[in-house]
Parts: sequence; C-alpha cells; structure tokens
Amino acid sequence: MVTPVRVVIALCLAAPFVAMLWVGSYAKADPAFAGIPFFYWYQMLWVLVSTALTALAYRLWQRDQRVRRGGGAK
Amino acid sequence: MNGVALAVFIFFFLAVTVMGFLAARWRRAENEHSLDEWGLGGRSFGTWVTWFLLGGDLYTAYTFVAVPAAIYAAGSAGFFAVPYTILVYPLIFTFLPRLWSVSHRHGYVTTSDFVRGRFGSRGLSLAVALTGLLATMPYIALQLVGIQAVLDVMGVGGGETTHWFVKDLPLLIAFGVLAAYTYSSGLRAPALIAFVKDTLIYVVIAVAIIYIPIKLGGFGAIFDAAGDAFAQVNPATGKPRGSLVPGEMGQWGYATLALGSALALFMYPHSITATLSSRSREVIRRNTTILPLYSLMLGLLAVLGFMAIAAGIKVKNTQLAIPQLFEDMFPDWFAGVAFAAIGIGALVPAAIMSIAAANLFTRNIYKDFLKPDATPEQETKVSKLVSLLVKVGALIFVLTMDKTVAINFQLLGGIWILQTFPALVGGLFTRWFHRWALLAGWAVGMVYGTAAAYGVASPTQKHFGGSSAEIPGIGEIGYIGLTAFVLNALVTVVLTVVLKAAGAPDGVDETSPSDYTADAGDPGVRTELPKVTEGAGH
Repeated sequence: MVTPVRVVIALCLAAPFVAMLWVGSYAKADPAFAGIPFFYWYQMLWVLVSTALTALAYRLWQRDQRVRRGGGAK
Repeated sequence: MNGVALAVFIFFFLAVTVMGFLAARWRRAENEHSLDEWGLGGRSFGTWVTWFLLGGDLYTAYTFVAVPAAIYAAGSAGFFAVPYTILVYPLIFTFLPRLWSVSHRHGYVTTSDFVRGRFGSRGLSLAVALTGLLATMPYIALQLVGIQAVLDVMGVGGGETTHWFVKDLPLLIAFGVLAAYTYSSGLRAPALIAFVKDTLIYVVIAVAIIYIPIKLGGFGAIFDAAGDAFAQVNPATGKPRGSLVPGEMGQWGYATLALGSALALFMYPHSITATLSSRSREVIRRNTTILPLYSLMLGLLAVLGFMAIAAGIKVKNTQLAIPQLFEDMFPDWFAGVAFAAIGIGALVPAAIMSIAAANLFTRNIYKDFLKPDATPEQETKVSKLVSLLVKVGALIFVLTMDKTVAINFQLLGGIWILQTFPALVGGLFTRWFHRWALLAGWAVGMVYGTAAAYGVASPTQKHFGGSSAEIPGIGEIGYIGLTAFVLNALVTVVLTVVLKAAGAPDGVDETSPSDYTADAGDPGVRTELPKVTEGAGH
C-alpha cells in the first residue's frame, strides 16, 4: 500500500542515485574547498548525505512496521 | 630491506594468526559439524561484528592498492569507487533483508540455494553457482597481488634473479597460515581478524590524511601538482595522462561504472556469506546506515593517489604507488603498521571468499548433482576441503601467470556476476520471470559481456584493456557490465512473455510470500543452531 511515509522512504533511497549518476552536475573544479576541487569534496559530502538519508529511511521504516503490526488484525 | 617495518609487519601477522586459530572457540555452538556453523559462523553475528565482517570483506587489500593506483594513473576516472559505494547501501536496503528472511526460513546458505528453491530450477541454480565461482577465484588471486605489492616494497623475497621458491616463500607462508586457520575456524576466523584489520586501516588512513598533506604543503599544493602531472601529454598515446575532473566524454563511463559496480557488489558470494551470517533482519538494515563509514575512508584513500603524484613517487607498476608512498613518507615503524594493514586486509577477504566459494560448490554442485543425500557433516567436510583447493588454485594462478591475467579476470568477473542480478533480486520481489527466460538472459549477458571486454584494447594490451566500450544504440562509452545487464533484462522479459504465452512448464516455488518478511523470533526462522542434544539432523 502506498502511504505518504513510504513515499518519503522511497525518495530518501532514490535521491543518491539521481545525485551521483548526474555526473554533469558536479564535474567541475570550482568552488574548491580547502584546496580540494569541487568534484571530490562534493562526492565525499554525498557519502554523509546519503548516510543520513538511509538512516532516516530506516527510522521511518521501523515506525511504519510498528504501526502496521500494532494496527493489524491483533 | 626495511628491517623495522618488516618486524612490525611480522608482529601483526603473528598476532592475527593466533587470533585466527583461537577464533574456533569464539561463540562456538555445540553442533559444530554443520555448514551453518563453519560456513556462516552459526548465523549468529550482531550489528557490530557484521559491520566489521562486511567492511573487512568488501574493502579488500586490492581495493586499498588499486583505487589510489587508478587515481595515480589517470585521475578523476578512478574516483568512481566513491559514488559506487554510495549507491550500494540504499540499494541493498531494499532487497538484502528479504534475502536474509527467506534464507533463514529455508536454511539457504548460498544465493544459488535460493534461486533453486524459488524457481525450482537446478539448471538456473547451477548457472548462478558457476558464475559465482568464476567471479570469486580471480578476486582471491588479487588479494595475493595486494600482499605481493607490500612484500615487494619492503624488499622481501629478493630481486629478479632470486630463485622462484625463495622469492615466493613469504607469500606461500602467508597463504599456508591463512588456509590452516580458515580450515579449522571457518567464518569465525575472518570475523575476528576483521577487527584488527579495520582498526589498523582506520588508524593508517587517519594518520596519512593529516600527516602527508602537512609534509607536502597542504591539499591545494597536492591537487595543483596532480593537475600539472595529468596535463602532460603521454608520448605513447598522444593524449594527456589524465584529468582532475572528468570531461564531457568520460561522464557516461563514470556513471555507468558506478551504477554497474553497485548493482554487482552484493551478487558476489562473499558479500552474501557475510550477510547471511548476521543474527537478524534488523542487523542488516542497521548496517546499511553505518557501512558508509567505509565509503568515507575509501574516498580519503583515493586521495592518497594524488599525494603519491605530489610526493614525486615514480613507479612502473602503478599498484606499488601507495605502498611506496607509505615507505617514503612514514617513519619505518609506522610504514610497518601500514603494510600490516594492507597485508591483513588481504587475509580477511581471501578467507571469506574461499569459504563462500566452498559453500557454493558444496551446496549447489556437490549436493545438488553429485551426492544428493549428503549429511551436514559430509557437507562441512567437503566445504573445508574445497576452501583449501580454491586457495591453492588462486596461489598457482598468481605464481604461474602474469598479474595482468588476474586483473583481466577480475574485471570479467564483475561483468559476469552482474548477470545473476535478474534471477536473484528479481526473484526476491516477484515470481513473474520464467526460469528458462532467466537462464537465456543470463547466457546472453555473459556472452555479450565477455565478447565486448575481449574487444577492448589499451596501449599495453590488445584485449581486455578495460571495462568500458561503446554502448550500442547510444554511442557513448559506458561500462560493459551494465550494457550486458540491460540486454540480459530485456531478453528475460521478452522470453518470459513468450514462454508464458506458449505455456512452458513453470518450476515449483517452495517459498511463500510471508517468508520474505520473516524476522528472527518468528516461527520457522532458524536463529542459533540447535543444541547438541537435538543432534545434527536439522
């Protein structure tokens, strides 16, 4: 069943794919950060962003499961 | 020869050897003569052990040597490893828990077990098992290449003129020891050693990423030097050596390599072995949120490739760039720690890979085709022996053939293993695909991928010179594995429609929908092994 929470979970999991596969959006040297070209620090930043998104998806999913089990037949 | 570094290296090597043998007693269940016990560590690992085990398993010594080496050789293109590992985790979040659940309910040890149960097809299961074996063997061989790189830089084994036996003796000893404790302790040995390996790696990276830039004048200076080096035109090819940022031309290749590799990673038998050894479904989902820590480390490690350029490291074999950087930059004792990190980093995955390959052989070739009535004791015995054979095979491979052969095969292995994706991941979500269509799709993908890779030339090789080629119909250069995978999926879908219309017999599905969401504690889910009083007949 499609619920708003599940849509959010799907978006969290899909976002890194859009960001990372769209190479043209980050294939440039500027702005550099501490001497590191944009291309590199941007992707490293996405390690953290995608981790946060996956963690969020995990929390939402846990809650979703609890609601489903709690509100089910029993 | 660097005596201090060698002494530190030997110290760590001895320490993990002792741990490897002691591991047999760690969390031992009463019923130790079963494949669940030897090959999956009793399926009992919690979140952190699984984290170390998967990290130790996926981020291999070869990764540590090859990723920065690729950056050192050509710049930005080698950085695809970072988006690749970013994409892995959201991906496995969706399907790995389902595989865990169905495997625990039916006692599956390998992915081929699942494919056989789901599609009722021994042929398809055999195809998946053979692909797994083919893809894993060269991967084990590459771990040896990783150890060799470290030994070379330390000056162990002598020069070109040394007798081959003396030259290869250190490698033989390392592998003999590895084989012995894998045989006696099973998956518990790499699980325990992974703690040491990852701790060492994290320490070395943290130090390298702070200490080396200080010595080289900061990141700005490092990237400037690298940019200059890449801009120089290589007289052999008439093109610049590489680039700091991928140009228009390289972007398809970059994205398809990242995506294709991400899809392939958890098709490898050793990834699945580490996954199935975890205690519960939750352990896996939780791990997808903490495993990216390794991606961060991998990104930092990749940057070491630029540092090697800025530090003026000149090596003919790019694989030696990073060990040489450590040797030149660090004090002797810390270089020893760094070498130990890489060396032990080879032992953990090599052990897990050989166990995974052994499990595949035992379950899906020995038991399915040779001896259907094998008892759990016999299965374990065969698996232990095969784990030895697999390692000996890898050793002979590395010692007798050129290193590029191992690298070529590993490249092919990635393309091949991706072709099992439709059967495995498709099967986890739907039973719509027809088993014969999956088999045909797999065959098409394998043949196309191999042929396309054969056709890739590089300045140094006529065939298998790389993993990217023109994508038919699009005209851009992309990862061959992904193109083969798309072909595979198309063939599978079309043939499924045709076969269903023709009324071709469908196999028996032994799983039920609730199997895919079951968790530890649910009825019928095997958690820890039965105690000894219940006997081995489970």
